[in-house]
This record gives sequence, structure tokens and C-alpha cells, in this order.
Amino acid sequence: MKGVLATEKRGIRELGAEEMVGWDEVTQGVVLHSFDTEVENVAHIRPEERPYSDFNSYTATVASWRVIKPVYNRDVCIDCQNCWVWCPDTSIISRDKQMLGIDYDHCKGCGVCVEVCPTNPKSLLMFAEAEDNEEALAKWPEKKKKEK
Amino acid sequence: MAITSIKNLKEFSTTNERFEGAHLLCPGCAHSMIVRELLNCTDDNLVLATNTGCLEVSTAVYPYTSWDTSWIHIGFENAASAVTGAEAMYKARKRKGTLKDPDAPVKFVAFGGDGSTFDIGFQWISGAVERGHDFTYICLDNENYANTGGQRSSATPIGAHTSTAQAGRVSYGKKQKKKDIVGIFAAHGAPYVAQLSPNKWKIMAKGFQKALETEGPCFINTVSACTTEWKFDPKDTIHVTDLATDSLMFPIYEIINGTKLNILYRPKNIIPVEEYLAAQGRYKHLFKPENRHVIEQIQKEIDEKWEYLQRREEASV
Ligand code: SF4
Ligand code: SF4
Repeated sequence: MKGVLATEKRGIRELGAEEMVGWDEVTQGVVLHSFDTEVENVAHIRPEERPYSDFNSYTATVASWRVIKPVYNRDVCIDCQNCWVWCPDTSIISRDKQMLGIDYDHCKGCGVCVEVCPTNPKSLLMFAEAEDNEEALAKWPEKKKKEK
Repeated sequence: MAITSIKNLKEFSTTNERFEGAHLLCPGCAHSMIVRELLNCTDDNLVLATNTGCLEVSTAVYPYTSWDTSWIHIGFENAASAVTGAEAMYKARKRKGTLKDPDAPVKFVAFGGDGSTFDIGFQWISGAVERGHDFTYICLDNENYANTGGQRSSATPIGAHTSTAQAGRVSYGKKQKKKDIVGIFAAHGAPYVAQLSPNKWKIMAKGFQKALETEGPCFINTVSACTTEWKFDPKDTIHVTDLATDSLMFPIYEIINGTKLNILYRPKNIIPVEEYLAAQGRYKHLFKPENRHVIEQIQKEIDEKWEYLQRREEASV
């Protein structure tokens, strides 16, 4: 991990590469680097090309929060990006104006994306977390009748 | 200023996100919708500060940060002071020629919840606006202290049930009115003040861009529906926000230079506020016969406010 630690005696020192300190040691404050190397302007670098550090929550997951999950059906999607703009968890992966799918590491299963999806039948539907995505997709036509 | 294209949602979605997932905000929280939109509507470098509140505790859970930008947290009340301090330093270093890349555009933004904006950080924001720093303050208004168990704040509207203004046999919830925070910051003479809402993503993105481009202190109050304390299903965040803007409980408007008011969204069908209230558990008790008068009062105040806003827009002063 790369970071700077400011300790009680106001000493500031670099954290060692593998060093992790407890919260109680961080009494004065802590500086966390989002990236392992210096980046010029993150807004110009695609997420998949960024040198995320272990401090970046991108490297963490909240998948265990979910009891239901959204499943994405590419066949019905019109790439309107409604789901992208309103997902609170940066979990709709859109590149070059196309919706590519769901980031299941960061999705919390809130269901907002399903609600705002305008297609008929919807291109996103909620299923039990344990459900297999392929099986969910196979069930889609029946959902379609229900949606109407 | 390099600005992300927001002609339509497809264009907008090509921006590279700078707010990362696996923050710990509740599922369906509107805070992150608003923050994502602010970060996505510009590709300038950003220096951000956040007051204590849901957003802060959920996006900086040691040892993680969810921010791909510079981000400072100090205390409950002082994001405005922190970010304007950074802005002053930036200007001084620019003047002295000690910046590595003096031409790179940088924007300074502070976030705070309604607790830290309407109550605890109030004088600090007022001071920062009065000093005239070039920054934008964004309030994520979920109308209560949601981070600590849903206590009432001065942003909580009349009639809402909160953990410290409970509805029951003797009370109908909070008895005081909500502060007019937009009016207060307009009265500071700030060049750009607005109330915006994430369900109207385009109006909100344009408002954010306007605030970032405007030199001087800008203040924006955003409607942030809180699934936990407003008590609705997380999937309904946008639906409830639609009801909020279409019932005019949250009118969308801007005030330029403290005087010129523009209404930014006029609902095609204005819905009765009852529909908005009925969608949330925190107003459930208002539907009892003895509390009905509160709904009537809320409706009356909304109508008066809408009339007032329209007249001010017409007068164009
Ligand atoms: S369920 Fe919620 S968190 Fe998951 S992708 Fe949809 S909107 Fe995002
Ligand atoms: S909201 Fe639905 S139609 Fe629009 S991009 Fe998302 S999945 Fe596709």
C-alpha cells in the first residue's frame, strides 16, 4: 500500500509497501492515494487503464450486500443510458455509448436501473442473487407478458 | 473550459467516471447519483471537500477512498472553509509561479448534507460565500441527519416524522418549517444559486456546469431522496424524486446575482402534494383524520411559493 501517515506526534511519514495501520493509529489524519502512480488527469483515462491502488474502493466489493440482482438482456436494450445515469453505485458499464453490462462487484441490487429502463419488456430485471444469469435470460419472454 | 458534452444521455455516458463503487452509501441513495453527475459533467481537475455526513463517512471508509480526485475531509462544518483555503493557496501559487501546470483548469467544490449546510456548517459557508472565493457548494438535501439515525434538521419539512421530532399521540412530527436555503444564499448576492434535482439529469448537469464555469461563489441545493429515513423502497428513488419535483415540493429554479430568478422546470401536470407524501413512510401519520390539516397547510404553502417564484420570474429583476 502506498500512503502517507500523520501520527499523533504530528510526524508525517510514508507507509511501507505492505504496511497497514489500524484506525486508532491514524489520530491526526491520513492521506490515501487513489492510484499507485501519478496520473495526469483521471478524467481522460478509462477505468480499465487506471493504476488503481489498494486504497481505492474500486478494488473492494459490496457484492455480499445483494439478495436480489439485476440481470441484463442485451437483445431488448436500446442503449438509452438511463440505467447508467441513475445507478448510484457506478455499476452500469457503458463504453462508447453502449451499455455493456453490470459490474457485480459494486452493484448493491437496489433495482433503480430496472425502474428507469424504458424498454418493453425491460432490458434489466431483478432476480434472486442465487439465480443463474443464463436461466434468468431464458425466462425473459414470460416476464415480457407480465410486464404488459 | 473543457466540458463534457451533455447534448444527450448517450454522449454523456462516454465520460470516464471519477467516483468509484463500493462506497457504503445505502442501496438506492440519491447522494451518489448527484455526486457522480457533478464529477461526470466536467473533465477539469477537481479539488473537493466534504462535510461530515452520509457522503463523507461512506466514501472514505478507512483504508478505502471512493474518490479519484483530490478530496479533503476535516470536520462536520468546514468543507467550505477547507476548499476555499485550497482555492486561495492555488491562486497564490499561480501568482508566484510555483504551480507545476499553471494552465490546467482546476475547479473547487464542497459537498455537505443538509445537517452541515442548514445547521452546523451554516456560518462557515456564509463566510466562504461572502469572501467571494471561486468555488461551488453543493448541498445534498435529504432533510434529516440520516447518518446518525434520522434526527430532524432545519431542512426537515413540517409534518415529517424524524427520530427527534416523532409523530404519535401528541404530535404530528416536526412542527417547524424548512429554511429557505436557496433564498438565503441568493441574499448573499452570490452569482449563481440554484435548486436542482437528479431526476431531471440534464437540467442538473447544465446547472452544475454553469456553477463550475461561473467565477465566484455558487450555491446549489439538490434534492436527495433518502430511502432509509424517508422510508421508501430503494428501487423507487427516482420515482419519489419525480413526485417531489412534479408536486413542486421541490421547485427547480436558479437565481443569478442574487436577483434574477429563472424557473428551470415546469411540470406538465402538477400533482397534488398528497401523492408525494403518500409515497413515503415518514409522512404516513399525516393521513389520519386529525392530521389532515397539515397536508392542507403543506399544499397551501407550496401553492404560495410557486406563485411567488413565477411572479419573481416574470418581474425579471
Ligand atoms: S441494481 Fe442498483 S446498484 Fe445495481 S446496477 Fe442497478 S442501479 Fe446500479
Ligand atoms: S435503461 Fe434499459 S434500455 Fe436503457 S441502456 Fe439501460 S438496459 Fe438499455
